[in-house]
Amino acid sequence: MRGTGERLGRWAWRGVRSVLSGMAGIGLAFTNIPLLAVSAVALALTPVPFLGLALVPWTMTLVRKRADLERRRASRTGVLVTRPYHPAPERAGAGSWPRFRWAVTDPATWRDLAWLVPGAVVGFTLGTICVVVPLYGLAGLTLAPLWVWLGTGWYGYGATWSIDTLSDGLLCLPQGAVIFAAGLWAAPWLRRVDAYFARLFLAPTRAAELRLRVTQLTVTRADTMGAQAAELRRIERDLHDGVQARLVSLGMVIGLADELIDRNPKAAHDLLAEARESSGLALVELRHLVRGIHPPVLAERGLGGAIRALALSLPVPIMVDTDLPGRPDAPVESAAYFAVAESLTNMIRHSRARAGSVSLRHADGVLTMVVTDDGAGGADPATGTGLRGIERRLAAFDGTMALSSPSGGPTVITMELPCALSSPRTMPSSVTD
Amino acid sequence: MRVVIAEDHALLRDGLTRLLQAFDFDVVAAVDNGPALLPALITHKPQVAVIDVRLPPTFTDEGLQAAIEARTEMPGLPILMLSQHVEPLYARELLSTPHGGVGYLLKDRVSNVGEFVDAVRRVAGGGTAMDPEVISQLLARREPLALLTARERQVLGEMAEGRSNAAIAAKLHITEKAVSKHINNILTKLDMPPSDDDNRRVLAVLAYLNA
Repeated sequence: MRGTGERLGRWAWRGVRSVLSGMAGIGLAFTNIPLLAVSAVALALTPVPFLGLALVPWTMTLVRKRADLERRRASRTGVLVTRPYHPAPERAGAGSWPRFRWAVTDPATWRDLAWLVPGAVVGFTLGTICVVVPLYGLAGLTLAPLWVWLGTGWYGYGATWSIDTLSDGLLCLPQGAVIFAAGLWAAPWLRRVDAYFARLFLAPTRAAELRLRVTQLTVTRADTMGAQAAELRRIERDLHDGVQARLVSLGMVIGLADELIDRNPKAAHDLLAEARESSGLALVELRHLVRGIHPPVLAERGLGGAIRALALSLPVPIMVDTDLPGRPDAPVESAAYFAVAESLTNMIRHSRARAGSVSLRHADGVLTMVVTDDGAGGADPATGTGLRGIERRLAAFDGTMALSSPSGGPTVITMELPCALSSPRTMPSSVTD
Repeated sequence: MRVVIAEDHALLRDGLTRLLQAFDFDVVAAVDNGPALLPALITHKPQVAVIDVRLPPTFTDEGLQAAIEARTEMPGLPILMLSQHVEPLYARELLSTPHGGVGYLLKDRVSNVGEFVDAVRRVAGGGTAMDPEVISQLLARREPLALLTARERQVLGEMAEGRSNAAIAAKLHITEKAVSKHINNILTKLDMPPSDDDNRRVLAVLAYLNA
């Protein structure tokens, strides 16, 4: 019962929001015409020295503000419209030639201008329908009975014409209710129609979409290559200063022991003990290094097992809950593992959490990883280099990270990685935590 | 004592075989891959098996899986796992297979020949040999251990590795009586039933650390 009430409330609220948005649409439609006029004037003044080159980009900025507003309004109805514009040229001041060229060579500029008039007509028309129908319904619910009650009568309403008696007035009530409900029901649909119309003009063309994608890929590729290079440098340094140096000294010590073995067996024996210790330390270092490159347990057990093993080694109890029917490709698996591992490390370092949880799910071609803790909250990706690192790691595979960390907790990090899972390998039923 | 070895690196397989033979073990089979391991264990019924966790063809945890399977086929078969890295997760899975000696050591421990052979013998005798690395990882994450004194923590670590009272006493240069006093204190503080059976006690401690 409560569910029905709640649903009805949500439905009515959505209708009212759409009606208000339609009302805003009517107002906004009127801004399109001056914008078009200003743009036309600016384009006409292009030959004027100094002024011409500056005016066009400036009016384009205004038009783009208006178009962006429409894109946001469309996206709110669930019709996603992304910005299609070329990136602005660097170090090109107002009135400079590159800036002018940037404004006029972008096809999105002309598509914006082309949208101004039809967009105004469609926005105004749909907005009017959106607003008028529910208002007429409200009139039936309130005005008609009111006039009857005042004894003046009324021309008519809906299917009842010339309202003279109380019964006529009461007949308006159900009609008004139906019309009002129909108006609320139709409003969200009308908003969507408006949004689809805006998308025709304001969404990126196929070429623009590809260009945006290339830009994004260029950035993530540079990030990835940079991270890779840094990683390789770190490994090289660790090997060079650690294991390699140790093996050199090991060779020396063994050589020395070999020299002494006949003359001074006691000293040789001591040296060999030292050599064994040294080889042990070299192995410890190598193990650390290997764990940093690709944890062996990840190779052996896949993402779920590796996260479980990691959780066992942390000082805070972590609930691990995995539902992965197979394994992603090795590079993706590795990125996913380090993203979760870094989230957990961050959590232990900063949030003073007493408990945490990790959940790993794969559905509709997306691997979703959720890391939560009951700590102090207030984590901010802008300040934490760790979080930026995680974002970069995931971005290389088109993955995303969302952070919710209100002050006082709980912190929830949700990471998504689009990937396919390969054929499942029979996993041992592991002991649950 | 009859031993089966499973290790894919020829050098290490050879080294292990020679080392164990030098200490009068009888190496009845030395296999280099996962699928051959279980048949070898069933055919030879060794008194102890020394197995590498990572084996071909999958190079994942084939050895561990085979070991767990072998323990269900032949309950009580003593198994000592060797690996380049230790994971408390694997230790937990090994320990959850019912009774019989269990060991889990880093491969580097083989270089300390005396201790390694001692561990093989202990496992063959139904005891436990857990790598200090596993134990320290488990100890690192348990809060109640704050109740223990530094000495008690040391004794608990040695005990968890599977050492007897006598061995702990020798290693820490204290009397056996002092060791058993420490152990009683530890068991009391951690709320565990007192027990004189070394191995049962070790398993209790590991179960506690694994909880």
